[in-house]
Amino acid sequence: MKMRNYWNLRDWGAGIWERANRPKRVAIAITTIFLVALLPFAGASFLATPIAAYDAVLVYPVGVFILMALGLNIVVGKSGMLDLGYVAFFAIGAYTMALMGTHTGLNTWEIMPFGIAFAMLAGVLLGLPTLRLRGDYLAIVTLGFGEIVRLVVLNSTWSKGPNGIANIPMPPDIGPLKFKLDDQKVFFWVVVIMILLTIWMIRRLSVRRPGRAWEAIRQDEDAAELMGIPTLKYKIWSFTLGAAVGGAAGVLFASKNLFIAPEMFTLNVSILILACVVFGGIGNIWGVVLGAAILGYLPERIRFISDARLLVFGLVLVTVMNFRPDGLLPRKKREKAIVKKEVNA
Amino acid sequence: MRLEIKDLHVHYGKIEAIKGISVVVNEGEIVTLIGANGAGKTTTLKTISGLRKVTSGAIIFDGQDISNVPAHERVDLGISQAPEGRGIFPGMTVLENLEMGKFHRKNRKAEMSEDLDKVYTLFPRLKERVAQAGGTLSGGEQQMLAIGRALMSRPKVLLLDEPSMGLAPQMIANIFRIITEINKTGVTILLVEQNAQQALQRAHRAYILETGNVVKEAKASDLLNDPAVREAYLGTGAHA
Repeated sequence: MKMRNYWNLRDWGAGIWERANRPKRVAIAITTIFLVALLPFAGASFLATPIAAYDAVLVYPVGVFILMALGLNIVVGKSGMLDLGYVAFFAIGAYTMALMGTHTGLNTWEIMPFGIAFAMLAGVLLGLPTLRLRGDYLAIVTLGFGEIVRLVVLNSTWSKGPNGIANIPMPPDIGPLKFKLDDQKVFFWVVVIMILLTIWMIRRLSVRRPGRAWEAIRQDEDAAELMGIPTLKYKIWSFTLGAAVGGAAGVLFASKNLFIAPEMFTLNVSILILACVVFGGIGNIWGVVLGAAILGYLPERIRFISDARLLVFGLVLVTVMNFRPDGLLPRKKREKAIVKKEVNA
Repeated sequence: MRLEIKDLHVHYGKIEAIKGISVVVNEGEIVTLIGANGAGKTTTLKTISGLRKVTSGAIIFDGQDISNVPAHERVDLGISQAPEGRGIFPGMTVLENLEMGKFHRKNRKAEMSEDLDKVYTLFPRLKERVAQAGGTLSGGEQQMLAIGRALMSRPKVLLLDEPSMGLAPQMIANIFRIITEINKTGVTILLVEQNAQQALQRAHRAYILETGNVVKEAKASDLLNDPAVREAYLGTGAHA
């Protein structure tokens, strides 16, 4: 119990936020966003990553991982469905960008809605028949779906099979902000904006009816149905929103990487993103952001020890999960705490 | 006739759990289904509320066959269930749990405070615990919450699945007293119980289920005095 007080970063942060009034909150938010936006300039400090370029690491893996983890968190954390094929939506977004970018004159921002739409469509098509399943069964079906998408692009001619698609266009410049290969600050800012939009969307939904419905479904699906919640509909919504975020991340990734191939979309990615969610604190937005940031950044930071870095990475995972089984910043567990609040009748 | 089940068959995979039962529940009645483990009591209730699919037969509610209506829409029609094992949302407060009971109601905002008051009048204990997480309540309080939550949707028929399960004798008596009270406000009740003694004392009519079949149907008071029933379900002469 003593440990808990020391380690309870979540309540410390929540406390500051709750005590703050509106202008103070705006100030905190703007300062934080400003500091985050300055991160690419910290490349000369201890944060610098050897071998890989620091500003590129901030975009991928870190930024893209955070985005995907937030999307997966809607499915796994909010509504409690285990999705092991999340990479499929990422791949669909990436291939949409690659194919439309090389075959049409559309730019990244114009392709983005298509990438999101195709990922959502895939989410609905997969969700309709499979979301009647629960728990392990759903996990297996989604795992299969992830593999199917990868195998389809690996064996199709339109996707150029294992060779992948090269010469994907970069996003067009936004005024004076230029997207460059050797300086990816603008990419990073775009990812930050997408992350902020995603967080905003999740927070809006969480306090409204969909959030309530997901929460009920996660805690007791039968009871949720008995409350009159159309559980299948809300599960598909959750799945589809998660897919949308994954698709958006895919579009951005393809446009940043300029080249994509099927081997980038293996089961490993699904597992790693799920690890980000669990490591950070399943169900808690800030935990997920922190988890994904650490798991994205750490392997790049310790790249100088070459092969041993995966060993260190694994050790960190195991150690942290041992000491903090609910993640770094777990969601509030109200079922364990007895809350006494003054209630006005 | 509020609710009628006609020759209902229900399967779990290939196993037939309900083998053609017919039950009638009239307006304003308390009807109880009693029977041993595995008799099909819970399955029957789940099928009425829509959690299980009907293999054949019909569930007729207010003259309309609802066998193919999804569970969440049956709540709109006026069927509400307090599920077996209570099924409360452990991470939500008592108030949030009760609010969930109104999830589907169109004019839930207008009805909310009135219905909360009704539930708090029936279960004053819940009012003391409004801000407490459902998972931290005692078994009896959870059962109260499950029943209160089911009432929030203003049901015409309330389905209760073993409300006495795992409760202390005093709490059981309390819960059954409240069930009668709810019934007096005009809610028809279909009650599934293993505690046959209490159920038969409170109910108007009863059905006895054995391995998916109705073996007996009678007025509850008659069954209380039926020697065969006493032998099988009430323990011989414990209260004689």
